[in-house]
Amino acid sequence: MSRYTSVTASDLDQMLDAIGVGSVEELFADIPASLRLGRPLAGLGEGLSEQEVYGELRALAQRNVSCEEEISFLGAGMYDHYVPALVEAIISRSEFLTPYTPYQPEISQGGLQSMFEYQTAICELTGLPISNASVYDGPSAVAAAGYVAKHATGRSRFVVSRGVHPHAIETLRTMAHGYGMEVSLAEVLDGATRLPELDDDVAAIVLAQPNFLGAVEELAPLAAAAREAGALTICACDPIPLALLRSPGEDGVDIAVGEGQTLGNRLDFGGPSFGFFAVTEPLVRRLPGRLAGETRDVDGRRGFVLTLQTREQHIRREKATSNICTAQALNALAGVIYLSWLGCRGLVELAELLVQRTAYARSRIGALDGVELLHARPVVREFAVSLDAPVERVLARCRAQGVHPGYPLERTDPSLRGGLLIAITEQRTRAQIDRLVEVLGAAVAAEREGVAA
Amino acid sequence: MSSFLQAADDELTIFERSRPGRRAFVAPPLEVPERPLDELIPATLRRAQAPRLPEVSEPEIVRHYNRLSKRNFDLDTGFYPLGSCTMKHNPKLHERVAALPGHARLHPLQEVDGAQGALELMWRLSQALGEIAGLPHVSLQPAAGSHGELAGVLVSRAYHEDRGEFARRKVLIPDAAHGTNPATVAMAGCEVVKVGTDASGNVDLDDLRAKASEEVVCLMLTNPSTLGLFEPGIEEIERIVHGVGATLYYDGANLNAIMGISRPGDMGFDIVHFNLHKSFTQPHGGGGPGAGPIAVGEALEPYLPRPQVVRRPAAGGAGNGAAGAAADWFYDLDYERPKSIGRLRGFQGNYGVFVRSYAYIRSLGAAGLREVSEVAVLNANYLLARLRQEGVLELLPTAYERICMHEFVLSGAPMKRELGIRTLDLAKRLLDHGVHPPTVYFPLIVDEALLVEPTETETRETLDRFAEVVAAVLREAREDPEIARSAPHTTPVRRLDEAAAARRPVVRQAI
Repeated sequence: MSRYTSVTASDLDQMLDAIGVGSVEELFADIPASLRLGRPLAGLGEGLSEQEVYGELRALAQRNVSCEEEISFLGAGMYDHYVPALVEAIISRSEFLTPYTPYQPEISQGGLQSMFEYQTAICELTGLPISNASVYDGPSAVAAAGYVAKHATGRSRFVVSRGVHPHAIETLRTMAHGYGMEVSLAEVLDGATRLPELDDDVAAIVLAQPNFLGAVEELAPLAAAAREAGALTICACDPIPLALLRSPGEDGVDIAVGEGQTLGNRLDFGGPSFGFFAVTEPLVRRLPGRLAGETRDVDGRRGFVLTLQTREQHIRREKATSNICTAQALNALAGVIYLSWLGCRGLVELAELLVQRTAYARSRIGALDGVELLHARPVVREFAVSLDAPVERVLARCRAQGVHPGYPLERTDPSLRGGLLIAITEQRTRAQIDRLVEVLGAAVAAEREGVAA
Repeated sequence: MSSFLQAADDELTIFERSRPGRRAFVAPPLEVPERPLDELIPATLRRAQAPRLPEVSEPEIVRHYNRLSKRNFDLDTGFYPLGSCTMKHNPKLHERVAALPGHARLHPLQEVDGAQGALELMWRLSQALGEIAGLPHVSLQPAAGSHGELAGVLVSRAYHEDRGEFARRKVLIPDAAHGTNPATVAMAGCEVVKVGTDASGNVDLDDLRAKASEEVVCLMLTNPSTLGLFEPGIEEIERIVHGVGATLYYDGANLNAIMGISRPGDMGFDIVHFNLHKSFTQPHGGGGPGAGPIAVGEALEPYLPRPQVVRRPAAGGAGNGAAGAAADWFYDLDYERPKSIGRLRGFQGNYGVFVRSYAYIRSLGAAGLREVSEVAVLNANYLLARLRQEGVLELLPTAYERICMHEFVLSGAPMKRELGIRTLDLAKRLLDHGVHPPTVYFPLIVDEALLVEPTETETRETLDRFAEVVAAVLREAREDPEIARSAPHTTPVRRLDEAAAARRPVVRQAI
């Protein structure tokens, strides 16, 4: 008997008696003998005690270099923001952690109401009237938005800014190949997206705010050009910068999506986090995923239910707006708790702090010999520089000093040779930024002078 | 659920609790010279009004969400036999190990030499899942079951297209399948062709033969099926599907019935998806996160999403990030996969889910996993037997008179006819007894369906009590059906008007 089951020998006898069979084996009679495994699963070993499993998982954790052991300026889609204690305390409560999708609303008001609150918070951030209750992550949200645009316009092509996260572009390409759409890219010059002439086959343009190089885009003219051409505008937004930036909704974006990790979720080596998904009113019936809505019970009390379910796979099957079922509810809950913790003013204060510290880091690093800014556009918490030295070698030198200087851009875009993307969160102190300046400056200098590493 | 909260007025939302000037967050010191904001971000790019988030103190936030939590029923509190969802116990150890900073604060773009523990964990989990599936090559990337389905259909399509077979666009799906299957097929640019179910609850083989053709990409099959029945004709199904050159896709929603007993790969399946939030204990979180890895054999391996975790012998010991490791192997992420379908999401997948599922597999080992499936099937059959003893099956007969696997389907049609209560009413009345109802109205092919999945982690006493409660509800309904029709009576809210919610959707707070 494992520690998670509880059938004693006497239970087993009585249970088999009640069923009317002589052995557990007989319950599997429908499985042809030739298809029985007939041996233990290989390589899985014996079960272990709880403390042994803890020890093994701890040993694996110790072979990772986390943001606790290195001064990390990595961002590029996920960021080492501080997660307040109350988020983890609340989301680890059994009542939020262990139920499933709220199919029975009368006993799921906690989950449904928090979804409604989450939706409201996302609407506030994006400036759009309707948000769903979460999708998998930022990149998959972009692909899901593409599916909406395909059906909303009946057109065949996406024009995607090179400033969109490379994982999102690749995810969109994968899915677009599936649902039969073409993807073409729009250039980024001096940190800003330049749209080509938009033909009448374009279903949507896809932008990012700020873009992958950290630059704040001017969305309104881009969205206006799309509208003019009968195309939708999809924008992948970083939620914390939205505290300060014009909202996608006021700039004419039709579908605002994004990666929600920075809203109270851990890095977790890339997941689980959540994707958010907000749309204009006319697109509500094309929205993918769960949506909580307000209603009344038979006694007139306010309550919440999953609504507009006729969009969804369990009702509409192949005509559904998406195949998504299980999404990232717990991570989205973390998101709304985090946003409540920051509050209206706190979110702005945090974003302003990021702007100031990032500006400080940008000006100091940009002043180093052999380092140039990749663009001069405004940034919030991430900026791109170009090194006059092999970036991978500079990276290795910095890491040997306990500093991870950021993401080498040439890994996903060979045209950005020597590019380095540097992210600042409120957890990166001035002292740590100064340390980066020192270590990065020395590493670039050493490479340029040909000093052996 | 605490009764003192039941009588409470409507719970205010966090936005309604907001009062100007209150706060929970205190910003750390700026530390750097402050520059005018206009210099850094021109006013033309800035919003005029900050997002109107709630203004609340920390104690208010904690109390608000604690109160909300008490309006949820959850698996740690009571029986949750939600068919097809495998609501098994979520070990607390898993939350502890997933929260270790070496896992939780590991950046997804950390260099591979600084992520050897994570990559090794992913590699080992892949090996274990491959062995359980009987298909050795695993992609952990998909974020949930339906995402895994999409990966699987796209991999299938890529395989056929690579062989020049572009005409294959049909996907065969039994009529009993989950809704995610047909929705996935549409998203993958293919066409759904429904296959019928025979009188015994199995795939109708004649119908399958008639529809199998060289236009078919794959058959998507859940086995045991959504009816909780193992397909005894699986070998013939395999011959028919492979006979037309199509692939055979295993929807792993019901894998909990056969782990260590029979392997999809040995049945002839080419692709398997797992639901780590079902069979492998990732807490369901109120609707995620989950993870939906897929496993394939040699022929389909080149098409798996990228990157893939690979390992090779370590050259001269571990990298500089692997503190204290005497590693024989070096783990890497392989992006050079020219035939890959590409990415399906960002980064490497839901790693935090992998940590929990790997811990589970290590806790149980090979024998423990087999026991999981044996007890899951034993518990389901015992519960069915107890319902029979209680006389419940007279009004709620099994849809098919067979030994079930880990779950079974009842039909509420006779109950509706004789007692005048529907399956929905029975479900709502169960809420008053502190039991989460089974899945209702699914599978679609059974009238007034209830799909019951007890899982292996429930005790016999819990199963006994459920049978007794259902019997009691039926007895009560014979006396006075109105009690069930107007149920629930003891929950924080009573029956909610879903039609009104859909007619005039209110999906955010007016601020």
